Amino acid sequence: MTQMTFARAINSGLRKSLENDPKVILMGEDIGTLGGVFRVTDGLQKDFGKHRVVDTPLAESGIMGTAVGLAYRGYRPVVEIQFDGFIYPAFDQIVSQVAKLHYRTQGAVKMPITVRVPFGGGIGSPEHHSESPEAYFTHTSGLRVVSVSNPQDAHTVIQQAIASDDPVLYFEPKRRYHDKGEVDESIDPATALSMEKARVVTEGKDVTLVAYGPLVKTAKDAALAAADEGVSVEVIDLRSLAPVDFATLEASVRKTGRLVITHEAGQSGGLGAEVAASITERCFYHLEAAPVRITGFDVPYPYSKLEMHHLPGLDRILDGVDRALGRPNSLSGLEG
Amino acid sequence: MFTDELGQGGNAAGGPDNSAGHHGGAGEDLVQLITPGGERVSHPQYDAWVRDVSDEQLGSLYEDMVVIRRIDTEATALQRQGELGLWPPLLGQEASQIGSARSLRDDDFVFSSYRENGVAYCRGVDLADILKVWRGNASAGWDPYTINMATPQIIIGAQTLHATGYAMGIQNDGADSVAITYFGDGATSEGDVNEAMVFAASFQSPVIFFCQNNHWAISEPVRLQSHIRIADRAAGFGIPGIRVDGNDVLAVMAATREALERARHGGGPTFIEAVTYRMGPHTTADDPTRYRDANELEDWAAKDPIARVRGLLERKGLLTDELEGRVAAKADAVARDMRAGCINMPDPQPLDIFKHVYSTPNSWLDRQEDHYSRYLASFGDPAAANSEEGAR
Repeated sequence: MTQMTFARAINSGLRKSLENDPKVILMGEDIGTLGGVFRVTDGLQKDFGKHRVVDTPLAESGIMGTAVGLAYRGYRPVVEIQFDGFIYPAFDQIVSQVAKLHYRTQGAVKMPITVRVPFGGGIGSPEHHSESPEAYFTHTSGLRVVSVSNPQDAHTVIQQAIASDDPVLYFEPKRRYHDKGEVDESIDPATALSMEKARVVTEGKDVTLVAYGPLVKTAKDAALAAADEGVSVEVIDLRSLAPVDFATLEASVRKTGRLVITHEAGQSGGLGAEVAASITERCFYHLEAAPVRITGFDVPYPYSKLEMHHLPGLDRILDGVDRALGRPNSLSGLEG
Repeated sequence: MFTDELGQGGNAAGGPDNSAGHHGGAGEDLVQLITPGGERVSHPQYDAWVRDVSDEQLGSLYEDMVVIRRIDTEATALQRQGELGLWPPLLGQEASQIGSARSLRDDDFVFSSYRENGVAYCRGVDLADILKVWRGNASAGWDPYTINMATPQIIIGAQTLHATGYAMGIQNDGADSVAITYFGDGATSEGDVNEAMVFAASFQSPVIFFCQNNHWAISEPVRLQSHIRIADRAAGFGIPGIRVDGNDVLAVMAATREALERARHGGGPTFIEAVTYRMGPHTTADDPTRYRDANELEDWAAKDPIARVRGLLERKGLLTDELEGRVAAKADAVARDMRAGCINMPDPQPLDIFKHVYSTPNSWLDRQEDHYSRYLASFGDPAAANSEEGAR
């Protein structure tokens, strides 16, 4: 066990993948000599060379499209998109090529591409640097989407993503990059908890609270605060956003009868809607109340002095827990 | 003037005038080894690249061009007969496709658009496989690794990046094969094509950008895509650009061979603009009479790539009854086999829709497949569930 930051834990996972498989190749803007704008790839080019850790021209579609060609050639590209808001120029290559080539070629061509995306807000950045675009990708067949919430998972799941024969979007909560945690680098990613499984972070019996990425920490804090008021909250870290591990969620909701989902992305058409609908279909007779979503607003990511209003915080989440429990809350008295 | 090859001159479309005068006389800067009349003309730089092409090979190139025109005609007929949903004809582009594709080695890799059926033929594709996509039986007709050719790309220009990435992989592997990507004049406006050239030049990757300038992107003329000659763009990326008569199979071959040689020996990418003409519609759903002048078509018919090789063969005394008979028999056989392969193609099964979305199981999709298979099973006859009228 070693104490390390989230960013360092990913770096260590990338290093292991580069060591274990000569076909793994990292690509992105500024990832080489600089080590990435968040230093996640620090030192890797120095140790593995410019052909394994490639500083690319500034062209996101170019990065993604050449990764497709490399995958055709048998490589396993790991692409860094510098910021969430920069992924849109690469959108076509991701949804029309990366996601579909295996289907299009009836399995002949594999696209084992990992796309690393630092995402989410809370760091006071200008626009295009704090977005949560995950729903665009969870909606696209052929892609797997994961988000990690702690250094250990960050370390293990990046290796699982790279080893996956399917393309994986790996969303890194950038405001947690400097959080430290225990990481056991000796864990074998092949036998560790699969990236497709959700994890019960905090056990509870009154409400199921679902979060992923940066909000898992906030959700845990909310559960602690709720416990002070005598409410037992079960926190689940989704980990996999596509597909969602509904079996774990179902088991929890059958126990608690109540569901709160939180994410930074805007509400409409977001992952919370999918979770609410699917859990309602599967657990209708176990639910004591309608599922509650605590999310970002349906606005462009706001300027930094307002971002803490946009981002679900501990109090907003607790207010949602109260709604699920039918306790007095900010919407008490409103119908529907 | 942007239409010198069309023999029209002027600025009829009201587009920007090119006062720099790059578009002077017809054929200027256009590498040509066979004239439209079928006369072999000498070129100081490019003769050497085709010096080894024997009389027999010339006959074989002629045969290839006749065969792929026949494939095109037969597929168009199949579409008209309702056997195919759509077909993108290559009529007029035979020399560009054969001249380039017959220059490749088996271990080179092709990334094409949807019109390179002649290239696919040269790579050895099973004839019916060419039609699978257009019949609606699959999203792709073949396994790319069996013929070293990616399946046709419909998103305009996307494949140029795939070729460049593949070429970067070739470099990493220390191999001397080459990736070649085909695209049209319209694609040169796409960001991906430009990004592909940036990457290829930056990394000096072994990739050939083969642009078939067929003058039309559906209804939009090439002058709407480019204010300068397309080959001239390459220089801006630091890539050698060559403008070749795309209706001249020998000139195309010479240019491609030169580019391949450069790529194999570490010289990096080359951009080839093959100046040709799409004689038919964009696809069988298109009506070019709405946007294209009949005179323009006539001008280009006089530069027909097949007539040109016939002319050369005739001048050389090689156009024998034996050759003509052999070529016709081959074209007949190919058309017959392709038609039979099309008509006898088995329909896909309903649950095939769920296959190959992922390499490994996916719980969302598995559930949907399970539910749909239960739904299908609820009908005695699964075919009944498929009918639009329903079975209830």
